[in-house]
Amino acid sequence: MENQSITELAKSLRAKHVSSVELAQIYLQRIKQHPELNCYISVTEEFALQQALAADVMLAKGEGSLLTGIPIAHKDIFCTEGVKTSCGSKMLDNFIAPYNATVVEKLNRAGAVMLGKLNMDEFAMGSSNETSYYGPVKNPWALAAVPGGSSGGSAAAVSARLAVCATGTDTGGSIRQPASHCGITGLKPTYGRVSRYGMIAYASSLDQGGPMTRSAEDAAVLLQAMAGYDDKDSTSVDQPVPDYSAGLNQSLQGVSIGLPKEFFGEGLDAGVAATLQAAVAEYQKLGATVKEVSIPNLKLAIPAYYVIAPAECSANLSRFDGVRFGYRCQNPEDLLDLYTRSRGEAFGKEVKRRILMGTYALSAGYYDAYYIKAQKIRRLISDDFKQALAEVDVLMGPVAPTTAFAAGEMIDDPIAMYLSDIYTIAVNLAGLPAMSVPAGFSGGKPVGLQIIGNYFAEQQLLNIAHQYQQITDWHQHIPKGFE
Amino acid sequence: MSLTADDVKKIAHLARLGINPEDGVAYAKDLSDMLELMTQMAALDTEGVAPMAHPLDQAQRLRADLVTEADLRDKYQAIAPQVEAGLYLVPKVIE
Amino acid sequence: MEWETVIGLEIHTQLATQSKIFSGAATAYGAEPNTQACAVDLGLPGVLPVLNADAVHMAVKFGLAIEAQIAPYSIFARKNYFYPDLPKGYQISQMELPIVGLGHLDIEVDGVTKRIGITRAHLEEDAGKSLHEDFHGLSGIDLNRAGTPLLEIVSQPDMRSAKEAVAYMRKLHELVRYLGICDGNMQEGSFRCDANVSVRPKGQAEFGTRAEIKNINSFKFVEKAINFEVERQIDLIESGGKVVQETRLYDANKDETRSMRSKEEANDYRYFPDPDLLPVFIDEAYKAQVKATMPELPEAKKQRFKAQYGLDEENTAILTSSRPLADYYEALVKASGCEAKLCANWVTGDLLGALNKAGLDITESPVDYQRLGGLLVRIADDTISGKIGKQVFEYLWQGSATADDIIAEKGLKQVTDTGAIEAIIDQIIAANPEQVEQYRSGKDKVFGFFVGQVMKEMQGKASPGEVNKMLKDKLK
Repeated sequence: MENQSITELAKSLRAKHVSSVELAQIYLQRIKQHPELNCYISVTEEFALQQALAADVMLAKGEGSLLTGIPIAHKDIFCTEGVKTSCGSKMLDNFIAPYNATVVEKLNRAGAVMLGKLNMDEFAMGSSNETSYYGPVKNPWALAAVPGGSSGGSAAAVSARLAVCATGTDTGGSIRQPASHCGITGLKPTYGRVSRYGMIAYASSLDQGGPMTRSAEDAAVLLQAMAGYDDKDSTSVDQPVPDYSAGLNQSLQGVSIGLPKEFFGEGLDAGVAATLQAAVAEYQKLGATVKEVSIPNLKLAIPAYYVIAPAECSANLSRFDGVRFGYRCQNPEDLLDLYTRSRGEAFGKEVKRRILMGTYALSAGYYDAYYIKAQKIRRLISDDFKQALAEVDVLMGPVAPTTAFAAGEMIDDPIAMYLSDIYTIAVNLAGLPAMSVPAGFSGGKPVGLQIIGNYFAEQQLLNIAHQYQQITDWHQHIPKGFE
Repeated sequence: MSLTADDVKKIAHLARLGINPEDGVAYAKDLSDMLELMTQMAALDTEGVAPMAHPLDQAQRLRADLVTEADLRDKYQAIAPQVEAGLYLVPKVIE
Repeated sequence: MEWETVIGLEIHTQLATQSKIFSGAATAYGAEPNTQACAVDLGLPGVLPVLNADAVHMAVKFGLAIEAQIAPYSIFARKNYFYPDLPKGYQISQMELPIVGLGHLDIEVDGVTKRIGITRAHLEEDAGKSLHEDFHGLSGIDLNRAGTPLLEIVSQPDMRSAKEAVAYMRKLHELVRYLGICDGNMQEGSFRCDANVSVRPKGQAEFGTRAEIKNINSFKFVEKAINFEVERQIDLIESGGKVVQETRLYDANKDETRSMRSKEEANDYRYFPDPDLLPVFIDEAYKAQVKATMPELPEAKKQRFKAQYGLDEENTAILTSSRPLADYYEALVKASGCEAKLCANWVTGDLLGALNKAGLDITESPVDYQRLGGLLVRIADDTISGKIGKQVFEYLWQGSATADDIIAEKGLKQVTDTGAIEAIIDQIIAANPEQVEQYRSGKDKVFGFFVGQVMKEMQGKASPGEVNKMLKDKLK
């Protein structure tokens, strides 16, 4: 039962092989059995059983969607009414969200059953899930390794079968990189495809929510429910959502794949490179053509990102001031003390680092040299992608330079950590959709293949991933101890 | 570009961010390293390039001027650190 | 030394929308604290702003009225600072590319017209309020006002006296009310003024160091605050001191400005484009659409009132001082069909007098134009005299009856039966032989005595014209 796809589970539920309540119980039980992964910040058992009961009623009436009765878990960045929404921070440890994020609202309406809220890097800032106030998440494939971040709890939970599927968010790779490290399928949609309302902002012009699932087929189902225009989000795009599942059976004959040479240069682990080459070879077998392309300014994506994202975050996180919600320091002497201590005591190191960086980059005298410059480079990188995607249908490359690194390895070297996001960050700057698809293993740890498509080409991406998953079984591997 | 612990103190004050004095040096080093990384940007000529604030070239959508929100004060203030008579309380504001 | 004053004003007008600039919470004044502060206004984690269409419409309307350049492309920025009445830790405002660019407004001081430049007008959100009543040594924060749309109108430093500043402010106040984009209520803070004041030796080209006087909430105080500040700066310089650039507060009780130390700290607002909001594009079609909703502006209305109704300067000024009053007047003229001057005299005289006394606005008048018109018709057709009209007006004010009902009920109709008037005249002539003698011997003034006596006897219900005519005949 734990290895069935969403579509299969939907059939099992309708065939009464299992009830939604039973399914929820199976997963709640598994979650209890595996506290070592530290995937969940909150397990919402009561809530889940209520939703499951309601789902069973719907199913009995022959109503509901493919997601009705399917156990899901949300990254703890999505506001869930009546449930703690911590964003992985001490700042929001006491924050019971008074409203639902649009994504949560949509999934509730689709009948999905929320098991709980998933661990993450604090305010989504991190690539290893080690910055969480609730402690690090472990990688189910190698407990000593990180699961990636910031949606590390989501990736580990889906990989270890502690949820059928999960939501994640991706600002600089936070869906794709943990998906790659945990051997699952993750999709970062085009910026604006999924509403950001109720998704606690890190860097508003880069943040995008998306599905984290075992397969492309599941991702299609989950994205279908998450995507769409939202009149509460000015940056969401008013464009019809295609039927993603219906687009999953297109031949790849003649599809052109671009391999950006900068993605395969220095710094890419040999094992990862070999795995990716094999994956590309599979695509050629499926009829796709391969061509080298270039993203000349790729390297500059890191400095540009680490100006833009911290700048936006420095303002986005100003609302956490101990006045209306969240953490407030004990006995503030005066207003200044209230602010500095509440924020100083409740934000972790990485968050502080980025707030400081952003504050500095926006301050008088530095704005042009850093912020404006970074925005110009953002344009150039975006143009690089546009040009490459004018030559080919999709781009392929690594998600990360290595497989999951050891816990503690990089936490004290922020720059090294930042550099490891080189292949994912550029995509966020351009706002393009991209996926991480399990493509094999290197040294016993999963390797993800990144597929980058044109704006709003999610359907094409999902099909390309699905075709690959029809002829490979990497996505069906289960980490030991979680079968 | 290299920052000192004193610079960090000033930036932290702008951001109303309490930093332990003993951590000032470490933050100064981290920020200096980040700024070092950013010097790469200066090398690229971006003359005439329009800054890009949003990934998509879209126009702001306008909402109709309608009151759609009900009074949810009790709900919102249930999660507030300190309230009285419907007001959020803070240390004395001096003008 | 002779000094010259240089003044620029920044005026914050709360736009008269129903809902906030970026949320669907109500903007009504005076609600219980925090009952009109929704998730977006409170800056809860995850919320996002969506721009109010009417706020944009009103800003463009203002821009067109001052013949300004309307930005084809404008953007919102975050202005970062920490303050308890600013929930997000930044104010959404406009820095580069404001919606309204360079425009102007003409003012008149001592009969001379002067053009005041308007640098820009930009949209932004208002902050909440800190209440300083003592809550065990703490302050209370009410965020009902947070997110109310503001149009900040920034003038050029073109004014040279407090009088000019007040004239500009009044003109702007009249204009925004005419346009229907602001209720202009200064007590409620709908129209607030910051004044940038500096002095320089007459003839000097460069400006002196300026002080910014914050939040002045009446015309009277603007004049006083500026005059005080000018004196202060001149005294300071003349006694060897230097003006420092600072923010000052006007204390109306003491009639002085004082430094606001809390705002002294050098601010670094770290403006940058708000990534939650996209650029606003305004094309010619949109402008044309706004233009179509543009009311007649004060200046044009004045000219038309003089030409169309033949009114004098004074009545024109009064009747066009607000759009509702002008509308009332025009409706009255149209509905009653009476002479424009008669209507003007009644509106500016009895009606406004009564309204002022009662502290009411024209829109709250107990006597609407139809009922007042009904009265004027009866005066015009001689059913009643003007004097009786005043009595009828009293009844109109107090109740809801029409003039005709009142005239009938109270028996105020003029006596048109000439026989009855003649009888009374004969009676009075007979009773006052002395006066008759005086009149006949050429003392014309005595005529008034007879009119008075007759009218008294008739209880005012005779047509004065008729009485005059008959008396003259009889006294020949």
